[in-house]
Amino acid sequence: MFEVPVFDDLNAWAALPIILLALGTSILLVADLFIPEDRKRLTASLALGGVTVSLVVAMLQALGVEIGEQGAAFADMFIADQFTYVVNVIALSSAFIGILVSYDYFERAEVKRGEYYSLLLFSTMGAMLMGASRNLVMIFVALELLSIPLYLLSAFRKPIAASEESALKYFLLGAFSSGFLVYGITLLYGATGTFDIDGIWTAAVEIIDGEISRQFTLIAGFGLVIVGLGFKVGAVPFHGWQPDVYQGAPTPVTAFMSVTAKTGGFAAMLRVLVAGIPVVVAEDIAMWQDTIQVIALLTLVLGNFVAIMQDELKRMLAYSSIAHAGYLLIAVAAGGTEGIGDQAAQSALIYLLAYTFTNIGAFAVVVAMEHVDYSGTKLNDLKGLSNTNPMLAAVMALFMFSLTGIPGTAGFVGKWFVFKAAIDADLVLLAVVGVLTSVVSAFYYLRVVVNMYMEPGTPETQPETPSLRWALGITAAGTLILGILPYFMTELAEGVTVALIR
Amino acid sequence: MENPEVANELFVLLSAVLFVLGTMGVLLRRNAILIFMSVELMLNSANLALVAFARQWQAVDAHVMVFMVMTVAAAEVAVGLALIVAISRSKETTDVDDLHSLQG
Repeated sequence: MFEVPVFDDLNAWAALPIILLALGTSILLVADLFIPEDRKRLTASLALGGVTVSLVVAMLQALGVEIGEQGAAFADMFIADQFTYVVNVIALSSAFIGILVSYDYFERAEVKRGEYYSLLLFSTMGAMLMGASRNLVMIFVALELLSIPLYLLSAFRKPIAASEESALKYFLLGAFSSGFLVYGITLLYGATGTFDIDGIWTAAVEIIDGEISRQFTLIAGFGLVIVGLGFKVGAVPFHGWQPDVYQGAPTPVTAFMSVTAKTGGFAAMLRVLVAGIPVVVAEDIAMWQDTIQVIALLTLVLGNFVAIMQDELKRMLAYSSIAHAGYLLIAVAAGGTEGIGDQAAQSALIYLLAYTFTNIGAFAVVVAMEHVDYSGTKLNDLKGLSNTNPMLAAVMALFMFSLTGIPGTAGFVGKWFVFKAAIDADLVLLAVVGVLTSVVSAFYYLRVVVNMYMEPGTPETQPETPSLRWALGITAAGTLILGILPYFMTELAEGVTVALIR
Repeated sequence: MENPEVANELFVLLSAVLFVLGTMGVLLRRNAILIFMSVELMLNSANLALVAFARQWQAVDAHVMVFMVMTVAAAEVAVGLALIVAISRSKETTDVDDLHSLQG
């Protein structure tokens, strides 16, 4: 007989950061109506305050303070464990820095729309929920909650053609990819009779020895889900939208989405694929591992080599972000070996945390360089930056070192753990290609440094405002501190497991 | 008179055909609105399959998913048409081949 759940059964406290953010954002959306156009700074400050509250709760949870029980919540739709908590911290940090980067940019561009911040926070919520889903229905809804605001955010510089076009492109391809995801989820349901990720893997064990037609449905389902999520994270061959969207979207939006969409996408990928490993005990290696390996190899090679040919900074960072999706895919592939799942998830989260600070930081420098009409972001425009603005050049150099993975920066720590997971999972080829492509990536990252320090020129930079300076300071400090003292990251990631506990 | 039983496989097969048609439409059409309609066809083909599977498993989970898909599709329509209107105002076209201000 069906029992009506009472509040205590929901275990809602476990989802406190998301609930707080949802409440705050909804209030903000209404409150913004009463804030006059010339005082939109207040909206930004309120959004920042809301994120801070949520971030503090998420940090406490991640550091082991018991707020709500770990385990399933909301009738098995939601799961709260260390993985969820760390994803929350990453998504909220990127929202925090994203808001700091945004305010002055839109002020300068004379776009005075308070909805911006609500949309940004709704998108953050989507990323947080993607890491917390134990049910495919949730993953679908969370993915759309993540994506739909991003389509709108990309268009925030209308009527500039580049911004509108990037939004339309992102929207059409994003909707196309969710079509694949939905059909994949449908086929998985058809094969197994459940949307529960745990249930699907349990059923998968029987299906593998069973009828051919159900096997086909199951494999096609997983394939389409991988395509749908692959689109979101920008894995080759589903990366086509990324350079155009990253270039055309307003730079603060690019900064935010480059990190948040990846966080959400990879969190869901780890949940859907890697979480099944403890269930499938019959075989040591997951059936999807080869597929992900091939995608990872393609992504690494294409991302890094095409980035070399770019002369536009935002476009180069877009290809670099494809390359970084490749490194994260190494971690996912490593998770396909029995016994490595937890380690792979930990390494992916460490990588994402390091990437959050570094990449938003790099885009924050682009914000400081960019003129109101979208110009001033060519690689050549960086020439001589160390003379005109030594601080900006110094932090940019730091971010470039971190993206390359030079020791002493956060990027190195992330790469170290990912490659270690790959080697422990016997994926030596992936680790070797990963290291080699990192060397290739040094070419285009260091070219930025060379341009700034060794070429003559007098680039114009935008006047630095306190919030942008804070954003640069936080990201630079994060990149350095996490690089020198990786203890903070490993501590957070330590208890991460992928098994879907009840 | 009894309802004639239609085999479940046929519904799924039909949905697969519709899904492929939708995919082809996205890849071959050049008008943003028609591309978007093709995406809707893909989503609705999934809905058909979901309902068929719900009958096969004798469970209502999939019906819930159908409602989710429909709601999300409605949200996407709102956003998508807004974007298409914005772009057709400034460029006076909705042909995706005419959008090339972004090239590396």
